[in-house]
Amino acid sequence: MTMRYERPETLDAAIALLADAPTRTRILAGGTDLLVQLRAGMIEPDLVVDIKAIPEMRAITAEDGGFRIGAAVAGAELSEHPEVKKLWPGVVEAVDLIGSTQIQGRCTMVGNLCNASPAADSVPAMIAAGAAVRIVGPSGTRELPVEEVVTAPGQTALGDGEFVTSVFLPARSGRSGDAYLRFIPRTEMDIAVVGAGVSVSLDESGTCTAARVGLGAVAATPLLVPNAAAALVGTRVDEQALARLGSAASAVCRPIDDKRGTIEYRTKVAGVLAKRAAIIARDRANGIAATGGAH
Amino acid sequence: MAKIHVTTEINGDEVEFLCEPDQTLLDVLRDELNLTGSKEGCASGDCGACSVMVDDRLVCACLVLGAEAESTSIETIEGMADGEELHPLQQKFLEHAALQCGVCTPGFLVAAKALLEKNPDPSETEVRYWLAGNLCRCTGYDKIIRAVMDTAADMRGS
Repeated sequence: MTMRYERPETLDAAIALLADAPTRTRILAGGTDLLVQLRAGMIEPDLVVDIKAIPEMRAITAEDGGFRIGAAVAGAELSEHPEVKKLWPGVVEAVDLIGSTQIQGRCTMVGNLCNASPAADSVPAMIAAGAAVRIVGPSGTRELPVEEVVTAPGQTALGDGEFVTSVFLPARSGRSGDAYLRFIPRTEMDIAVVGAGVSVSLDESGTCTAARVGLGAVAATPLLVPNAAAALVGTRVDEQALARLGSAASAVCRPIDDKRGTIEYRTKVAGVLAKRAAIIARDRANGIAATGGAH
Repeated sequence: MAKIHVTTEINGDEVEFLCEPDQTLLDVLRDELNLTGSKEGCASGDCGACSVMVDDRLVCACLVLGAEAESTSIETIEGMADGEELHPLQQKFLEHAALQCGVCTPGFLVAAKALLEKNPDPSETEVRYWLAGNLCRCTGYDKIIRAVMDTAADMRGS
C-alpha cells in the first residue's frame, strides 16, 4: 500500500491538498469508520488528509444564537459542552449514542453524516434540528442542509475535492425542544433498527408553531418527513396530533428487510418512536424535565 | 513510501518512532515499541482490549494511526502501576478475581481508570455503560463491575 498521510495546519492547505489530489482521497477526523474500512480493505486511498491540526475543525463556536461544530469535534467534547446540550439536547444525545466511550473519544457528527449510513444515529436528530453543513472545495464554500448530504448508502453530495468543515445548529425560540430515540434489541452498542428525531417550537399557549421530523434506518437515506411535522403544527401536540404524526412517519418508510428488522416491523416502530420522541420534545419545550432517550 | 517520523510522549517519557502511513497506533505500540500490554482483540474498535489514553481521552489504539500520535501525550497500561506498586484498580481486580484469561484486562483497567478520574462516585449503571465498549468473554462482567465499584469506594476513602 502506498497511502500518503498529510496533516495540514490550515484550511487553505487542506483545500489545496484535496484539489491537487488523486481521486482516491479520504478525510481523517475521528477515524472510527475510516480505520475500520482501511483495515477491512474496503477502501485503498492514495491520500489521507488528517484535519485535526486545523484549529477551526476542533472548535465549537457560538454563532447567530446557534453553534457551529467543527468537523473534527469528538462526540465526548460535544457532550461536555453545556450550552450546546442546553440548546439541542436531542442532538447531543443522538451523538452520544454513537459507539462506546472509546468511540466517543474520537467519533464526530460530520463523520457520522459523511459515512452516509442510513442508520447513522446523529443524522435524524440533525435533520430535525434544521442543521446545515458548510462544504469547502476547489470552487469555494457552500452550505447544504443535512438532509441533502446523503444521496444513497455510502454516497454523499460532495464533489471532487470537497469536504465538510462544520455543521451549524441554528438558534431557536424560547419554548422549543428536541429529542432523538432509536430502537435497538439490546441496551447499548448496536446499530439502529429505527431512529427518530423530532424538534418542536411552541407559542405561549403551548400550540406548536414549527416542527421538524427526521427518520433513520427506514429508507436508503435518512429522511426529513414534512408530513409528520405538519401533523403537529397548529396543535398542542396532543394524542390526536401524535397519532397523525405516527401515521405520517410510518407512511414514508421504505426500509430494507433484514435480520435486524422486517419491513413491517421497522415501519410500525418508526411511527411509535416518532410519537415518543415528539412527546419528549414537547415536554422539553414546556420546561418539563425529560429523562431523554440516551441509551 | 518513506516512513513517518513521530515524536510523542508515552507514560511520561518522550518517545520517537518511525511508522508506515497506514500503521495503527496499536501496531506501533506492540510491534515497534514493545509495549505489548495493549491487546488486539477485534482490530475494529468493538472490543476495547487496546484501550489507551490519547491527550486524556479514552480511545481504541486500533482506530488511531501511529502518525496521529505526533505531539500527543499517550498513557498505556504499562504506565498504570507505580513501579512495583499496583494501581488500586489493579489490586482490586486481583482481589475480586475480575479476570480469567486476561486479554481484556488491560483495556478494562485503562477504561476504568479514566472513568474514576472523571467520576469518582459512579453508580453501577454508569460503570456498566462506561465499560460497554470493553468486551470480556470469561467473567460475565459482574466481578469486573464489583472490582471497579469497590475501588471507587476505597479511593473516596469510605
